[in-house]
Amino acid sequence: MHLLEVKNLAINFKTYGGEVKAVRDVSFHVDEGEVVAIVGESGSGKSVTAQSIMGLVPRPPGIIKGGSIIFKEQELLHMTRKEMRKIKGSKISMVFQDPMTSLNPTMRIGKQIEENLFSHKKMSKKQVKKKAIELLRQVDIPNPESRYEQYPHQFSGGMRQRAMIAIALACEPDLLIADEPTTALDVTIQAQVLELMRELQKETNTSIILITHDLGVVAEMAQSVAVMYGGMLVEKGTVNDIFHHSAHPYTRGLLKSIPNVESTEKKKLVPIKGSPPDLFSPPKGCPFAPRCKYAMDVCIDHMPPEFEIGNNHTARCWLNHTHAPGIDEFESRSEPL
Amino acid sequence: MSKTILEIENLTKYFSINKNETVKAVDDISFAINEGETLGLVGESGSGKTTLGKTIVGLNDLTAGEIIYKGKDVNKLSKEDKKRVNRELQIIFQDPQSSLNPRMRVEDIIAEGIDAHKLHTGQERQDRIYELLDLVGLSEDHVRRYPHEFSGGQRQRIGIARALAVNPKFIVADEPVSALDVSIQAQVINLMEQLKEKEGLTYLFIAHDLSVVKHISDRIGVMYLGKMMELADGNSLYEDPMHPYTQALLSAISIANPNADRRDRIVLKGDPPNPAQPPSGCRFRTRCKFAMDICAEKVPEWKEVRDNHWTACHLY
Repeated sequence: MHLLEVKNLAINFKTYGGEVKAVRDVSFHVDEGEVVAIVGESGSGKSVTAQSIMGLVPRPPGIIKGGSIIFKEQELLHMTRKEMRKIKGSKISMVFQDPMTSLNPTMRIGKQIEENLFSHKKMSKKQVKKKAIELLRQVDIPNPESRYEQYPHQFSGGMRQRAMIAIALACEPDLLIADEPTTALDVTIQAQVLELMRELQKETNTSIILITHDLGVVAEMAQSVAVMYGGMLVEKGTVNDIFHHSAHPYTRGLLKSIPNVESTEKKKLVPIKGSPPDLFSPPKGCPFAPRCKYAMDVCIDHMPPEFEIGNNHTARCWLNHTHAPGIDEFESRSEPL
Repeated sequence: MSKTILEIENLTKYFSINKNETVKAVDDISFAINEGETLGLVGESGSGKTTLGKTIVGLNDLTAGEIIYKGKDVNKLSKEDKKRVNRELQIIFQDPQSSLNPRMRVEDIIAEGIDAHKLHTGQERQDRIYELLDLVGLSEDHVRRYPHEFSGGQRQRIGIARALAVNPKFIVADEPVSALDVSIQAQVINLMEQLKEKEGLTYLFIAHDLSVVKHISDRIGVMYLGKMMELADGNSLYEDPMHPYTQALLSAISIANPNADRRDRIVLKGDPPNPAQPPSGCRFRTRCKFAMDICAEKVPEWKEVRDNHWTACHLY
């Protein structure tokens, strides 16, 4: 049994320009103690997917078109607000990208951590304070007793993100959703926060959904990876599958377009031509087809299904069809078709 | 040995934040850039890299020091020469959204420099705009559009076309790809490399993404709290970093390879200090694991420790 299972999720947004198909037919699962990364560029639907798990998609303008999200055998999409409130913050919690805008600027840090504890646990004021200070210590904030009394503006960016993590972990959730947790931070601070998350994950065995656009962070943190493009999940598998045996041209393109720090010789970057699809009217077939150098006729007209590549490795690309020559065959040809 | 195009001597830029406090954003930095070179500049937020870039192109007045462009001190030029130098030193900004005037059409944005320097008029001006659009990979139909009609990558191309319009020799690229998605990032980086060849440009490339900087730069400078910490050839800096800060910075990179060796990672403790009250002596000493007594007392000297490998650290 999976801890979380998302099946055929589809979410639209109503706008003046029409309906945006932000998430289309997305399925994946998270096991206990697993770190799953969702990667994708801006507008690929990764944040909306994560927000829908927390019930944070504003409705309206958001419309859940279909699918299901099953967490511990409960359907999250059909829950009332009251039921959802019991799960949010205690069973599933979230860390956001920008710690400055997601913390309350007029509330002391300690109180913000306690808020979560008060709403889910039966604890006395004294116990709660003790727990809050301990949480601050756990996330490596120096002088937690005095920091407890301070406001977010007195914290640095890295410390704010640590405080966010402390709030998220206060009730020992089963699932932590981290939406670009280190994007706003400097590299050395990013390394600190990632190390902290890794340690806490090991200690508590919390499952994590890590949303990011940084493939370096993915390689470092995740066991499984889901790659999103144009609102769809185009490939998923283990980190090894994705980084070394990818079966989707988009994933391969992404990996080739980032400079490699480890090499000493200068190779030209191979960018992906064109730009991401317009989600008001996404292409009829594969969303990546207009930019794909291997695109075939079938790709333009027909949406590829999820092809099984190996154990838990699937890719939405026609190249993996039994009648197609396969992606490696294509790659080895000097001239793309 | 190629010719030096730009020399920075003891460049210093302070900002006063109130009566008693000043932020030493750029503090006594000296280096030279050769013609046709790409010098990368890395550092975390608040390290002064943007201030340095802006000061070089004249967007900030400098507090002390000299900027010597083609052998002449920029601040001692006649009005006319100064105008020419301003034309030859251009800048590309980080955020293509806020650096383009939303109420101007693309053609007028690109031609702003041409008009200001009275380079072309009439048909000639129009032809030049088309030429520039073509150069950065945009089409002629785009001239009448406004910035909001473009994607982030396209907007950055417009920013590049605007900088190129006045035939610059030297371009400060201030985080030109940081706001872009990875697949688009590669497009813009390749474009910048192409243009450098074609137009014979020299770049000062500022970024916080160490992999990008390594990819594009010949030499790389590392800044921390307004000071240059290390400056060396790209490969030599990445293979054999000398300054403890550079070592930590490089080991903090998340490498996009799940099998990469991460055991010897140096994780810095704490946050960068307040730039208004930097530590005495070496500015990095509060987070440095090699810190000695002398580090608090004396500012380490900027010296060439190895061939073309400069650093400021008491260890050497």
